[in-house]
Amino acid sequence: MIQAAPRRLQRRKLTNLFMLSLCILATLLVVTPLLWIIGYVIQQGLPAINISFFTQLPTPVGVPGGGIANALVGSAMTVGLGLLIAVPIGALAGIYAATHSETSLGIALRFSTDVISGVPSIVMGIFAYTIIVLPQRHFSAFSGGVVLAFIMLPTLIRTTEEMIHLVPKSLHEGSLALGAAEWKTSLSIIIPAAANGILTGVMLAIARAAGEAAPMLFTAFGNPFFNLDFRQPVATLPHTIFVYAIAPYDDWHAKAWATALVLISFVLLLNILARLITWWRMHHIGTYH
Amino acid sequence: MLKTAPIAFLVNKNNGTTMEKPQKMAIENLSVYYRNFRAIEEVNLPIYAQSITAIIGPSGCGKSTLLRALNRMNDLVPGSRTEGQVYLDGAPIYAPNVDVVEIRRRVGMVFQRPNPFPKSIYDNVAYGPRLLGIHQRHKLDEIVERALIAAALWDEVRDKLDQSGLSLSGGQQQRLCIARAIAIQPEVILMDEPASALDPIATLKIEELMQELKKAFTIVIVTHNMQQAARVSDYTAMMMLTDQAERSGTVIEFGETEQIFLNPKDKRTEDYVTGRFG
Amino acid sequence: MTRKTFEESMQKVKQDILRLGKMVEEATLKSVEALKQRDLAAAHAILEMDKQINQLRFDIEREIMLLIATQQPMARDLRFLASCFEIASELERMGDYAKGIAVINLRMGDQPLLKPLIDIPRMAEKATDMLERALQAFMEEDILTAQQIPLEDDEIDALYNQVYRELMTYIIAAPTTIERANYLLWAAHNLERMADRITNICERTIFIVTGKIEEMDVSYDELDEKK
Repeated sequence: MIQAAPRRLQRRKLTNLFMLSLCILATLLVVTPLLWIIGYVIQQGLPAINISFFTQLPTPVGVPGGGIANALVGSAMTVGLGLLIAVPIGALAGIYAATHSETSLGIALRFSTDVISGVPSIVMGIFAYTIIVLPQRHFSAFSGGVVLAFIMLPTLIRTTEEMIHLVPKSLHEGSLALGAAEWKTSLSIIIPAAANGILTGVMLAIARAAGEAAPMLFTAFGNPFFNLDFRQPVATLPHTIFVYAIAPYDDWHAKAWATALVLISFVLLLNILARLITWWRMHHIGTYH
Repeated sequence: MLKTAPIAFLVNKNNGTTMEKPQKMAIENLSVYYRNFRAIEEVNLPIYAQSITAIIGPSGCGKSTLLRALNRMNDLVPGSRTEGQVYLDGAPIYAPNVDVVEIRRRVGMVFQRPNPFPKSIYDNVAYGPRLLGIHQRHKLDEIVERALIAAALWDEVRDKLDQSGLSLSGGQQQRLCIARAIAIQPEVILMDEPASALDPIATLKIEELMQELKKAFTIVIVTHNMQQAARVSDYTAMMMLTDQAERSGTVIEFGETEQIFLNPKDKRTEDYVTGRFG
Repeated sequence: MTRKTFEESMQKVKQDILRLGKMVEEATLKSVEALKQRDLAAAHAILEMDKQINQLRFDIEREIMLLIATQQPMARDLRFLASCFEIASELERMGDYAKGIAVINLRMGDQPLLKPLIDIPRMAEKATDMLERALQAFMEEDILTAQQIPLEDDEIDALYNQVYRELMTYIIAAPTTIERANYLLWAAHNLERMADRITNICERTIFIVTGKIEEMDVSYDELDEKK
């Protein structure tokens, strides 16, 4: 048996331990604030949570009770509209980017995607304000949906492209060899195979879009009343947090924390769901040989 | 290095009744280029109907390229160019008004690594027929069953047709791919090293299957396993690089398998089959 | 060189065939000499040697089967091994003919030779010479020689006819000599059959090189006339 010199072995072990400790320390530095924030939000927000919080509209200052029902609906409307616009466009663009990556259009697409994803969301908000709100002369859920679509688009395009790249080329070949045209192959084979991954991407896009406050300032604008009309302004969760947080009233502060708790829980849930889908995909479909 | 002239077997030497079989496909002066690189040059080869033709040769000599030229799969490679012609039942397949999709329906392909779709076994086999517009359930049921029987897989999967195709073993997956290919009733089946990713028992099953299949289809198989080529094929084409510098390959000898493996005419073929090649 | 082990194994088979041939040549010459000299002890020795010949033949067969099973020989290699199988079998039969002559010797026992042997030893020398050259041609894959040797079979046939006619005259002159004449006729017949086997060996040599097997038919017209 070959034995390393005792001192060298000792030194190696120590170095290992040292490095490991550094890594653990770094991890703690990252995880601790997160847990702290979540803990703090729960602590501050939980007291204000009850059933009526979810079902009632906001009450005027000083009046106890009330809830964020309108913000929940408003967020659903804006995010929903955003998805409606961004998912088809993002999916198709992602397919194009994946299958025609060598063409100039494909390269331009990928470049644009990168640029858009780098634009601060408040700038997006101002842009939407200029092209939708001003001509229409009023804030609306519609403009909110549009700006969220812009925000979600890069993520969706990127995810779709990457998921399609992950689909083995052999599937593409196999379908063509059976006499299927390219579009049929994309539709019947490639997209279904990439579907789970794309779904994950959609969930992550939703999680991000649901939390965008700045663009909402310029588009959906917020609304103390219940509203289902897309042409009217509408309340959203992040915007509601903002409004409640900067107010000088304590009970509104409590409501802000509670809304934040709802939002964070929602984001957390989506992330966990996305991971579960990935795990299920890994273990239940079977393997290629 | 001398460039060899096209082999003169198309002038039929009629040394037996087997040479009188009709030609399902014919390859004439075929060269395939990938941008400026010539992968295969001046290939002339008959493919006789309802028989198995094997293409053998050292790696990198262009066997797969030649096979893929038969169903125009080379078209998928950007920058590829084809000169010469391939005939299917006497009609050229490289021509401006030819429907490539139709060619691929008549000339099917099975790949080296099994590539079932991530769908159920049933949907895998039904994919092709559905492309052709067959949607009635009872018709599809019939087609799927027939194809799986012909691929010697029916007994093993009849009770789990709705399970994912990926849940099968490697050998079963390959037979599934074969069933999928024959479900659309092609005329020719191309097989690119179909058993190289499989264990010996699965390999033998595939070989037995090929003997059955050749009664109804014409089969062309690329294999680097010489014993498999000898066991399975009726005709063998020997490919080799003719030009070491340019790395382009061509067919240097073609004949009945018995002749190629018992008494080859070209010394290079002899060296290859006896294992004395580089 | 690729397949070094295989090449060496095939060389060994070749050497063993040559060794078998040498043993057969020796057995033939010794058995005829023993018959000429009425040396019964030598005849016994020939019987012992035949056992060794048989054993070597089976050893060669086993070697060849092992090579076929493990090395998947093709083309020329396969033709070579298949031919060696045949050749070993032919040589073993020739060994049996030599043994047959020794048996005749023993059967004759105390009886003297009917006549001094002249043509029979000549047949033996001719046959062993043909065998040696045939095996040489096999060794060197010399198809020209291999095509020539079967033609010399005529010489052996001619010698046989001579022996036959001579022995016939003895029998006709004195019918009591029929038994002893028969023995000698048998011995000559064995040697004549040996030469036919040599033709087969030459056919196989040509097969190894060209892949074609052709019967080099020696004409039996003279014998047909006799009948």
